[in-house]
Amino acid sequence: MTLWLQLAGVFSMLSLLAVGGGSAVLPEMQSMLHHHFNFSATEFVHAYSVGQLAPGPNMLSVLIMGDMIDGLTGALIVALAFFIPSSILCLYAGRLWTRIGDTPWRHSLQQALEPISIGLMCSGVYTIAKESLVNWQSCAVALLVGLLLVKTKINPVILILGAGGIGLLGAYLA
Amino acid sequence: MAAKNSATSPKISLHQIFWQFFVVGAISFGGGIVAYLKELLVTRYRWVDNDEFIVMLSISQTMPGLNSVNIAILMGDRLRGALGAWAAALGLLLPGAVIVLSIGLLYGLNREHPMANHVLGGVAAAAAALLATVTWNLGERTFKKRKSLALLVLTFVLMSIVKWPLYVVLAIALPLALYIYRPTQDHTPEQSS
Repeated sequence: MTLWLQLAGVFSMLSLLAVGGGSAVLPEMQSMLHHHFNFSATEFVHAYSVGQLAPGPNMLSVLIMGDMIDGLTGALIVALAFFIPSSILCLYAGRLWTRIGDTPWRHSLQQALEPISIGLMCSGVYTIAKESLVNWQSCAVALLVGLLLVKTKINPVILILGAGGIGLLGAYLA
Repeated sequence: MAAKNSATSPKISLHQIFWQFFVVGAISFGGGIVAYLKELLVTRYRWVDNDEFIVMLSISQTMPGLNSVNIAILMGDRLRGALGAWAAALGLLLPGAVIVLSIGLLYGLNREHPMANHVLGGVAAAAAALLATVTWNLGERTFKKRKSLALLVLTFVLMSIVKWPLYVVLAIALPLALYIYRPTQDHTPEQSS
């Protein structure tokens, strides 16, 4: 019971702090999962990464984290806690937005949030990269994938699966 | 937003809303979900027009939460009120949720396997590259301007190097950014900086 409340508390707070989308809260999520649920940084990055193979919003990975902490109940609690609070807020903000109309402060807020969102997303990249780029092999794989993402239109899922294959191949060759 | 414009578009049923968002939620492998939403619901079905979509996108980016889920909420609300909003969000999330849980199950079953760490190492490296590319593309404009770059770097440093909690980082960066981008007297805030 306390575990459920803790899960709900942590993820609803993350939901409301997710300024600029899900990857902005990755660093906070990692440290909270570590403090409250003894989640290792490696487990966190693995859960995040395999979640990228599914369609839909990339932050659905949080369900894997919930599942690892307390099975399907954990996943359900995390899903509700992570998606409902921000959605309620957005629903009412959307209705208010059109009523308030075009104020100069709204533009200011949008302009102010952009660099903060991107800064937080960079922190998200750092959190994931720090745990995943651990040797020259993983750096090489990341570089190759990044290059293919920029230069071609190959679906990222194929590249992620391919990178998993390279990891496996590397293990057999070593 | 719910009441606005309800006369201009034909009544779209909750079932239709759920189903179309479900389709997007099921086919949008590899991210870029906002583009899928735009292509299907704006360009093809014309549920909302392009201007409305742009407003929805900017609300989604301003409010916390995932952009795609926020757009689903706003579009559902615009079409069928609060129930439409929840139908859209549920449809968008459901297929991915089921698939992600299956992947999680596979991961849970195999995580002790000696080869698992090698596969996951490759997968994680690729996921890092993907996130970095997405961030780079979204941030292109922000990186190029001095003021916004300074705010970006400040936010990053406070979060990742100083390692303050997110709410503290926001409590510092947001007022500062609002001050920098405050409305000017003569007209709306400058677009160039």
